Amino acid sequence: MNFWQFVLHNHTEMLEMTLQHLWLVGISTLLAVLIGIPLGVLITRWPRLNKPVLGAANIIQTIPSLALFGFLLPAPWIGERADRLAILALTLYALLPLIRNTYAGITGVDRAVVEAGRGMGMTGRQLLFQVELPLALGVIIAGVRVATVISVGVATIAAAIGAGGLGEYIFRGLAMVNNQLILAGAVPAALLALLADFSLGWLEKRLQPR
Amino acid sequence: MPPPAHNGPAIEFRDVGFRIDGSRELLHGLNLEVQRGETLVLLGRSGSGKTTTLKLINRLLAPSAGDVRVSGQSTQEWDVIRLRRMIGYVIQEVGLFPHFTVARNIGLVPQIEGWPAERIQQRVDELLQLAGLDPQLASRYPSQLSGGQRQRVGVARALAADPPILLMDEPFGALDPITRAELQREFLALQQRLKMTVVFVTHDLREALLLGSRIALMEEGRLVTIHPPEEFLRSKEPLAAAYVDAFGAALDSSGKRGPS
Repeated sequence: MNFWQFVLHNHTEMLEMTLQHLWLVGISTLLAVLIGIPLGVLITRWPRLNKPVLGAANIIQTIPSLALFGFLLPAPWIGERADRLAILALTLYALLPLIRNTYAGITGVDRAVVEAGRGMGMTGRQLLFQVELPLALGVIIAGVRVATVISVGVATIAAAIGAGGLGEYIFRGLAMVNNQLILAGAVPAALLALLADFSLGWLEKRLQPR
Repeated sequence: MPPPAHNGPAIEFRDVGFRIDGSRELLHGLNLEVQRGETLVLLGRSGSGKTTTLKLINRLLAPSAGDVRVSGQSTQEWDVIRLRRMIGYVIQEVGLFPHFTVARNIGLVPQIEGWPAERIQQRVDELLQLAGLDPQLASRYPSQLSGGQRQRVGVARALAADPPILLMDEPFGALDPITRAELQREFLALQQRLKMTVVFVTHDLREALLLGSRIALMEEGRLVTIHPPEEFLRSKEPLAAAYVDAFGAALDSSGKRGPS
């Protein structure tokens, strides 16, 4: 049986796995956006937090994914279900690019523009929401893009703790020394990554300030 | 909080010093009064403290010694947002918001002050005309404008909420000579109409003589002399004389200085 025959026979299961994969990546990226962007803004306001926050996110990034899944296993509530665990780990991984890009995007806004805004009496909030965030948006989206692409890859490993997703096929294939099965997981995962990269790249370009 | 009723000078510096923690003093013992309706030019070299002085007025910087008073009240006691909204601010880099149209840039202060939309629209139209800009430019973005047009928008934006005080930090410094002369002339005409209190920073003596009702010469964070333009030209103060010398040829050819 070649790869295409496998796809034909198992398309419903493959679709299910792909959706599961998307769910893991989508929820964790969303959480990372909700946490990472405010943190990135925070460290532009309190530069003293800059090093510890970026340092912590950096350290998390260096933990091998399989080890991180293992570390989180004993956590209460989280450890009870594999998908919660996977989402938490993926969220942690996605934080660094989001925090870093939000910080870089905001600090990269033309100083003259910010100064003009402050000089005209804009409040900190007005400056943030009307000037700094809109002008940093392209860079922030670039961070979301990096985070998403990383997540699609790392999420395959979540299958090792039973969280499902396309990694299921890969691990099954590895165990059974079956290339068809490995491809059945790897090809859709690669396509997902490309799709995310392309669509977020398009968004990034559209949101680039003139 | 409305500006308190006050008949004294619009802006006062009392023994003002400014230093950034641990670094050298940028401003020392500055005493200065800016009268209502006058254009005070701060003249000096780069690093002489002109821009620092300007930023102390709208409290982008806070004095480390002494007191800066606007309309008789210390800038430390002012609600800083209210203070800044009654002070127009124009800088050399213009600092237009690149993601806003010209109209939105000009209408920014009215917008954050919560004016109704049609009043903002009306005010923007007025200001485009005042600043000598084609009304069709309203929907353009700053990147689509020439340098001169951008600076005109910058001035229009600063004037939007009718501020009694206007701060200008080398506003025409980055423009080509012809555009600069044009904007200087128009600014002069505008100022004669609006009678705002203006503090204008420049290192160009010719500009200072043209626009200033008084010229304050600064050097190394200190005020050296302060004179009306004619007296500045005759000043015996060595630094002022050096300035006049350095610009001598240019002043002669511009006819500002009588036949020698």
